[in-house]
Amino acid sequence: MRVIVERLGKVYRDRLGHAVTALDAIDLEVEPEEFVAVLGPSGCGKSTLLGIIGGLVPATSGRIVFEGERRPGAPLSATVFQEFALFPWRTAQANVEFGLEELGVPAAERARRARGYLEMTGLAGFERKFPHQLSGGMRQRVGLARALAVEPAVLLMDEPFSALDAQTRQLLMEELLAIWGRTRQSIVYVTHNIQEAVFMADRVVVLSRRPGRILDVVDIGLARPRGEAQLADPALVRAVERIWRLIKSEAQAALTEEQTRRPWSE
Amino acid sequence: MERVTVHDRTAFLIRPEHRVVRVLAVLGLLALWEVCTRLGWVPALFLPSPLGVIGELIDMTRSGQILVHVAASLRRLVLGFIIGAGAGMTVGVAVGFFALAEAVGQPLIAATFPIPKIALLPLLILWLGIGEASKVTVIVLGVFFPMAINTYAGVRQADPLLIRAAVAFGAGRWSVIRKVVIPSALPMVFAGLKLGAGTALLLLVAAEMIGAESGIGFLVLQAGNLMETTRLMVGIVLLSLLGVLSHWGLTRLERLVLPWRQT
Repeated sequence: MRVIVERLGKVYRDRLGHAVTALDAIDLEVEPEEFVAVLGPSGCGKSTLLGIIGGLVPATSGRIVFEGERRPGAPLSATVFQEFALFPWRTAQANVEFGLEELGVPAAERARRARGYLEMTGLAGFERKFPHQLSGGMRQRVGLARALAVEPAVLLMDEPFSALDAQTRQLLMEELLAIWGRTRQSIVYVTHNIQEAVFMADRVVVLSRRPGRILDVVDIGLARPRGEAQLADPALVRAVERIWRLIKSEAQAALTEEQTRRPWSE
Repeated sequence: MERVTVHDRTAFLIRPEHRVVRVLAVLGLLALWEVCTRLGWVPALFLPSPLGVIGELIDMTRSGQILVHVAASLRRLVLGFIIGAGAGMTVGVAVGFFALAEAVGQPLIAATFPIPKIALLPLLILWLGIGEASKVTVIVLGVFFPMAINTYAGVRQADPLLIRAAVAFGAGRWSVIRKVVIPSALPMVFAGLKLGAGTALLLLVAAEMIGAESGIGFLVLQAGNLMETTRLMVGIVLLSLLGVLSHWGLTRLERLVLPWRQT
């Protein structure tokens, strides 16, 4: 399905009661099978945008529309969280089955699908492990399998690999691209890492600092499938430099400002 | 030139288990006690010997008296504990999750939980008679409060991110309660159960000392009145066994129900 973000705005009140504009007049379309990265300095409202698309944060103005043919029984979106957000009392498999339970999928079918997606994310043999028994990278694989398992129209990823070490992050990025090559799920991928955004995405949406507005949308012409080899590709390096020039001053301003709250850490 | 070798400076922080000392401490105390009474340093009327108490315990088990008292006490304890824990947990979840229930329940609980439940026993006897109902009810009340308060705290501590995640994957209100809020609160619930078990034992003895014809509390009081110190000590040993066993059982249950908490 195509995701249409229409004149989206979000204003919230900070602790002192001042109105803060997090997002201002965001217009964006995500095509079916497209990989879109949303990039911006901290505090630009990119996670808020993802939350609104996922129906987890109310918008102040504008709307989100999903358009196109909907597969029966499939939800509009599923989210992969930065902090993994796995249920500690559920095994890897039970975590992956969570969304399927809520969709009313029968138990046998649930187990079959969960095992399939655990295998796809490289977790075969870890079905019965609890999250605390898994490394950070493995945990986020479970998070990814849980989101893939409900086969959503669009996969929402909120800085999914930023809590991981650099090596694990690079491996998981490549794994995600390989999986995406097979499932062709449209993805909205929020990150603050320019190289990551350019390496992964078809298009990079660059947001400004508060109020979050779209500064530019950069098409990434890098060939697919992408791998380590492309990290040094001149096209990638040029795109990274271009985006860095766009947001350098914004990032500097963000540096001197206090930490903003995440949309769901009330 | 100076050469300095680095030593582990944390050595004094190591805490060995001293398993043998643990056992010896208990056995040593018992032996000392036995010797004191054998040598007549303390009259047996005040402090019967450990072996005497064990002998009496065996005799009373043979004659079936123990079974009568323990069965009567256990029935009151288990019934009161289950009702109190169930009600406390239900109220705790409701007050913790629903804003309206919190508005109603929180001040009520805050106002009533400091009352020593033992003080309510005469009132309960007045209302419910001197039979089983008042005894069970006072235990219900004693278990209800720690359970309600602990469950409430456990529910409030549920990670908002996990609730978000559940909602993101299609969970509604009841799914969130069943699959996120209650599992999050379980560690606190078990702490409440252990607290409640202690309170229940205390209230059981108190209730059985007023107008009972059976039960361990009755046994202790009656033996005291007749100056049968050995029988009295048997009652105390039984009570401490009940306390230890209930705590052990709850700890085992906790490990079984919360396998994800072990590392």
